Amino acid sequence: MRIGLWLRNTQYVNMNKTLVIGVGNTFRGDDGVGLIVARRVRKAVPPEVTVLEQSGEGAALMEAWQGADVVILVDAASSGAEPGTIHRFEAQQQAIPSRFFHYSTHAFSVAEAVEMARALGSLPPRLLVYGIEGKSFAAGQELSPEAAQAADIVTAQILAFLSDVAPSFV
Amino acid sequence: MTEKHINVDYLARVEGEGALRVKILDAQVTDVQLNIFEPPRFFEAFLRGRGYQETIDIVARICGICPVAYQMSAAHALEKALGVTPPEGVRPLRRLLYLGEWIESHGLHLFMLHLPDFLGYESAIEMAGIPELRPLVEQGLRLKKTGNQLMTVIGGREIHPISVCAGGFYRAPRPAQLQALAPDLEWGLETAVETVRWAADLHYPDFEADYEFVSLSHPDEYPINEGHIISSSGLDISMEEYEDHFSEIHVAHSNALQSRYVNGSGEGGSYLVGPLARVNLNFAKLSPTAQETAREIGFSVPERNPFKSLLARGLELIHAFDESLDIIRHYEEPRPSRTKLPARLTPGEGMHATEAPRGLLYHRYRVDENGLITFAKIVAPTSQNLKRIEDDLWQYVPGVMDLPLEEATLRCEQLVRSYDPCISCATHFLKLDIERT
Repeated sequence: MRIGLWLRNTQYVNMNKTLVIGVGNTFRGDDGVGLIVARRVRKAVPPEVTVLEQSGEGAALMEAWQGADVVILVDAASSGAEPGTIHRFEAQQQAIPSRFFHYSTHAFSVAEAVEMARALGSLPPRLLVYGIEGKSFAAGQELSPEAAQAADIVTAQILAFLSDVAPSFV
Repeated sequence: MTEKHINVDYLARVEGEGALRVKILDAQVTDVQLNIFEPPRFFEAFLRGRGYQETIDIVARICGICPVAYQMSAAHALEKALGVTPPEGVRPLRRLLYLGEWIESHGLHLFMLHLPDFLGYESAIEMAGIPELRPLVEQGLRLKKTGNQLMTVIGGREIHPISVCAGGFYRAPRPAQLQALAPDLEWGLETAVETVRWAADLHYPDFEADYEFVSLSHPDEYPINEGHIISSSGLDISMEEYEDHFSEIHVAHSNALQSRYVNGSGEGGSYLVGPLARVNLNFAKLSPTAQETAREIGFSVPERNPFKSLLARGLELIHAFDESLDIIRHYEEPRPSRTKLPARLTPGEGMHATEAPRGLLYHRYRVDENGLITFAKIVAPTSQNLKRIEDDLWQYVPGVMDLPLEEATLRCEQLVRSYDPCISCATHFLKLDIERT
């Protein structure tokens, strides 16, 4: 049996090419929120869905999503919005503001990787980027209550997205 | 009275957050400040009470940009503190892992962060949209990827490698895993040579400064993990003497500490660490291909133009590919891959410096009998270069201040970016007792 899902534009997608990437650093407070979401998603999905944890280094991200059809990426954001705010971008349709994820220490990070991939014509067919507005990025391993609550919501949304397109797998 | 300001509120294409402020009064530079406003993260305090092996993992995450450098300085310092010697075969493997990080870091900086300045583009993303420059960007990404691959095979992960430990490696790669990388590394070597030849014809602003270059030096090899500390004015000390000659001070405008070279008179001056210092002080230890390429393009040491650190990075890229291939050719899997430490330890103190992509990275730790850290001190390369960047700007700005403001600003940014500053790293090391005005 083929394991797969149909995107809304009716393109057939192999479940093996569905990727969830959590980005961040669990030693820097809310910067770890993307990794925490990824770990929760991993526990709830079948092994056909690849779940990766990354630091947010842009070239490695571009490498990771190469060949994937559906990519969901979650990172902490620091855009000045209320802590816990959930930002959601469809990368194929909109640009990612360059300073949006600047809290990851990389000069070439999530936003740059998305825009570079766009310029090089190598964006995945579908790339959904979640940004969870963080409150504290100081050294430490605890999430703020705002980020923790947003992590619950984003995890549920990702699982709902995956089950929406492939109900038998989630 | 005419007052002019060069302000960059957010320095792009550097790691972390910083701003630049230059004040010019009646055609005289009256103030230069490299402001660092990322919040300090108190990692040194964070390390106290942690186990020594855990410390090696934590320091790798202080900076996602050069995790291997942090792991290496920490592993060596902790091995000294605990009196442990890794098994034979660990040494070349550590060098290879570190070379992977140099390739990754230099590849990123040269192509993605620095080159746009020389070609007149805002970013590498913009360059990727221009058909004739696109291959250059793709080349940069591929070069960087070869470094990532080395780090993945040896370190277990691309970022924050997990195989390094005090005593050696938790797990060493099989020879076949490394040999599989040889074709990519050979491509990298060729590409790095071509890149340096090509980059030699870029326009480098006419500027030189009288630097105190500081780096490690080793009798038999290009310095990475071992050696003693030397400077262009003749300093030659062991790593244990580092803190007698270099001190950190707080400056009001910055969240980071700035380092000073303390000479006989007691008055501390700025100094320069990083690729330009290393190449200048260790030229004869570069691989033959790197030396030959340098001669071919007319790069001679000492080179005192900071903008030409781009070429120094390129020469180190050549060296890194060359030496990586050499290590892989002779690689034998170390067995065992680590020296195990007893549960009950002799308390001790150890200090060690290695050459991070951006320059000298110094760590000192005290460890108790349970293997817990009681004291940690980390001096990042960018903290050491901060004062030198400001000194450069004092000297450089008079030559560009009559240009239209936008161009003058860009030129200053280009100079700052020559240092590949990692502002993120520089701010991690504030002490808890810092006072700010």
